[in-house]
Amino acid sequence: MIIMELNEFVAHFAEQFEETDASVFTPETKYHDLEEWSSLIGLSIIAMVDDEYDVLIKGNDVKNSVTIEDLFNIVKERV
Amino acid sequence: MNFDPTYNPFSLVGKTILITGASSGIGRATAIECSKLGAICIITGRNEERLNETLTQMAGDGHQIIVADISTQEGIDVLVEQSPVIDGLVNNAGIVKEKPIRFYKQSDLDIIFQTNTFSPMLIVKEILKKKKINDNGAVVFVSSLAAFGSTLGNGIYGSSKAALMAYMHYCARELAAKNIRANSIHPGMVETPLIRGGAYSESDLQKDMLRYPLGRYGKPEDVAHAIIYLLSDASSWVTGTSLIIDGGISLK
Repeated sequence: MIIMELNEFVAHFAEQFEETDASVFTPETKYHDLEEWSSLIGLSIIAMVDDEYDVLIKGNDVKNSVTIEDLFNIVKERV
Repeated sequence: MNFDPTYNPFSLVGKTILITGASSGIGRATAIECSKLGAICIITGRNEERLNETLTQMAGDGHQIIVADISTQEGIDVLVEQSPVIDGLVNNAGIVKEKPIRFYKQSDLDIIFQTNTFSPMLIVKEILKKKKINDNGAVVFVSSLAAFGSTLGNGIYGSSKAALMAYMHYCARELAAKNIRANSIHPGMVETPLIRGGAYSESDLQKDMLRYPLGRYGKPEDVAHAIIYLLSDASSWVTGTSLIIDGGISLK
């Protein structure tokens, strides 16, 4: 069983961005509003969750979550 | 000369057609439409229940279900062993996995290429080796617009479908001596289970749809009718061709 830490999840989330500084990311970050956010980064988030947590999330999960913590909670439920 | 309502060079009467991945989507629509044009269809897939659902929607009698997992050599052997001699083969079964390049794993490549590329290559091989296709037959490969690099994050699938197109060219060359034709079709986004519930969200798809000059994604029947053309005697002089069916999305 992988123990999921919110801070670790936020760090993994931040790693998918090239331009946006890691300090910008908090559990409350509304990621769709970030200038760098794109559908390719969305695919990266899905792949990161698969690699790091062995959980399959879908495009709709990424689309419908607002904050990073929202997505964390979805992943946490399925670990 | 009077109009003859029975004249139809696109008819499949008298032809036996083997369709892989016939339990849903383009494969199911192809089986149904082929049956309506008079073909005897051999439909295959992994899920017997869903193959039966396809069968209930088909016209005419004499069709056959072969449950087989073509991602394995055993599955291919079962399929070819149980298949009667055919006139047409539709290599349709395919799977997809979207991810950015830096997340690729060997296991992703193995799984996608096995089903989308290697299995069709081996099915054609076994069909030829076991002499299960008549001279004057036709082979259709369901490739994709993704073979030309059309979608973001779809490089494994697109590469597997490009390799499939290359193989089609070699089939066209080698099988011409038997007057067997080989062609590929390249659909854009088609309303099938393949595109739903994956890495693309519903709103991504809705937005993407608006980019199509004809204003919508394809229906499985749109693709099935192109496959039928390539299986029928109407395309007797067509081999080695890649037919794009995409509602105009690749227009520059």
